[in-house]
Amino acid sequence: MNSVNRITSFFLLAVTLYSLSVTAQAESGITGKSLYQAYCSQCHGLYGDGFGVNSYDIDVAPRDHTDAGEMNARTNEDLFKAIKFGGKSVNKSPLMPNWDGNLDDQEINLIIKHLRKICCEGGQ
Amino acid sequence: MHYPRYNTLKRTVTFSLFLFFAVSLSAAESADGKQLLMDSCSNCHQIDMPNKASLTLQEKINRKGPPLYFAGHKYQQAWLENWLQHPRRITPSGGNYWANAVVVTDEGDEIDENKLTAHIAVNQQQAIAITQYLLTLKPFPDLIREGEYTPGKVPRMLAAKDFRKFKGCVACHRDEEGFGGVTGPELYTAMKRLTPEYIASYIRNPTAWEPRSLMPNSHLNDAPIYKLMNYLNIIVEDLP
Ligand code: HEC
Ligand code: HEC
Ligand code: HEC
Repeated sequence: MNSVNRITSFFLLAVTLYSLSVTAQAESGITGKSLYQAYCSQCHGLYGDGFGVNSYDIDVAPRDHTDAGEMNARTNEDLFKAIKFGGKSVNKSPLMPNWDGNLDDQEINLIIKHLRKICCEGGQ
Repeated sequence: MHYPRYNTLKRTVTFSLFLFFAVSLSAAESADGKQLLMDSCSNCHQIDMPNKASLTLQEKINRKGPPLYFAGHKYQQAWLENWLQHPRRITPSGGNYWANAVVVTDEGDEIDENKLTAHIAVNQQQAIAITQYLLTLKPFPDLIREGEYTPGKVPRMLAAKDFRKFKGCVACHRDEEGFGGVTGPELYTAMKRLTPEYIASYIRNPTAWEPRSLMPNSHLNDAPIYKLMNYLNIIVEDLP
């Protein structure tokens, strides 16, 4: 039991150190807004209203991120899951991609802060 | 490694190609290719392997054209030689940072055609020299599985549905002229432009090629990747 515990805590330590080193690598000057515009505005629009340049020939309209009602109906955890694992993971369209291969958790959280700003604080 | 017979064949082909070029193209011409690239193209294209592994988002946004330092894995020789002499648009939003050419209108976001510029063209001799040099650029050999893809049959309707609806590729890529997303390169020409090994590898893991690729990683296994490629094989036949 003891040695299992020791192995477990060593493992946890390793994971913590690893995630710290990942955190330390975060790109300087990067913002939720710049990430959102590069990756998400392709479909969701430069203003987040759902009318991105890629929105015209797909069957499901990208969510309007300025719609306070819809956005308030979702917790940060819901948003995190949808962004990291894609629309399918929250029973939505697969046209909403999974971004786990492109964005780390810290970047996703920056984007969520930005989403909260554009939906509900009148910011852009 | 996976296809020993193919590899022997390839070695023979490579060797005959080598003999061919040894007589038809002097080393000086390939050096010319590099010089031309440095003089006329390096302003917009990364030609030399970057000396760090990462690419920041800001660097990606600032790029004026796609990177060419892995061109040797990426392009088909015939297409490259021809396109350099007769360039035409490949990415409807311009091929550098997509938002540069996009304006917000009351109807939604649109491409402002005035912001798109024509690509510089070179003459035949220059195109041959440039291609000769570019095809030597083959970093990341681990990402390429030589000869991995053998074309197969797939019913067109189903394949189109897969590409558009289930895999969502059409959101960012056109699979026919005028239909599909505009931020990714058109894919109805992909089988003419790109090597099958590169296509498979890029779909498998976009950020392995470019850390800030704007394409998501759909975590596809070989079978669904080859199915998508079979569709690319069908649509390339529609070209005039
Ligand atoms: C290829 C187009 C595309 C891109 C790029 C894209 N999305 Fe989406 N997104 C969609 C579509 C389509 C939907 C609507 C799905 C539905 O309603 O079934 C959606 C829905 C969403 C939702 C709502 C999910 C829900 O619970 O209803 C969120 C949040 C979201 N996207 C965030 C993002 C973020 C953040 C990014 C960038 C990292 C992004 N999207 C990039 C197409 C896209
Ligand atoms: C003013 C900037 C600029 C210059 C100078 C320039 N290019 Fe380009 N090039 C681009 C852009 C932008 C694209 C993307 C076009 C598209 O996708 O429609 C491109 C595309 C390409 C492509 C196809 C890339 C791909 O992956 O689809 C090749 C090959 C290429 N250029 C080679 C060259 C060569 C060789 C030269 C020099 C003779 C050159 N370029 C000079 C901006 C430039
Ligand atoms: C959210 C938009 C998006 C989606 C969805 C997407 N791609 Fe891409 N793809 C891109 C972009 C953008 C590039 C060019 C690299 C860059 O600028 O980041 C690219 C590049 C490629 C390339 C390399 C082509 C070249 O000329 O360099 C292939 C092949 C490709 N995508 C296939 C696919 C397939 C197959 C799917 C569906 C499984 C898909 N893509 C889904 C945006 C997307």
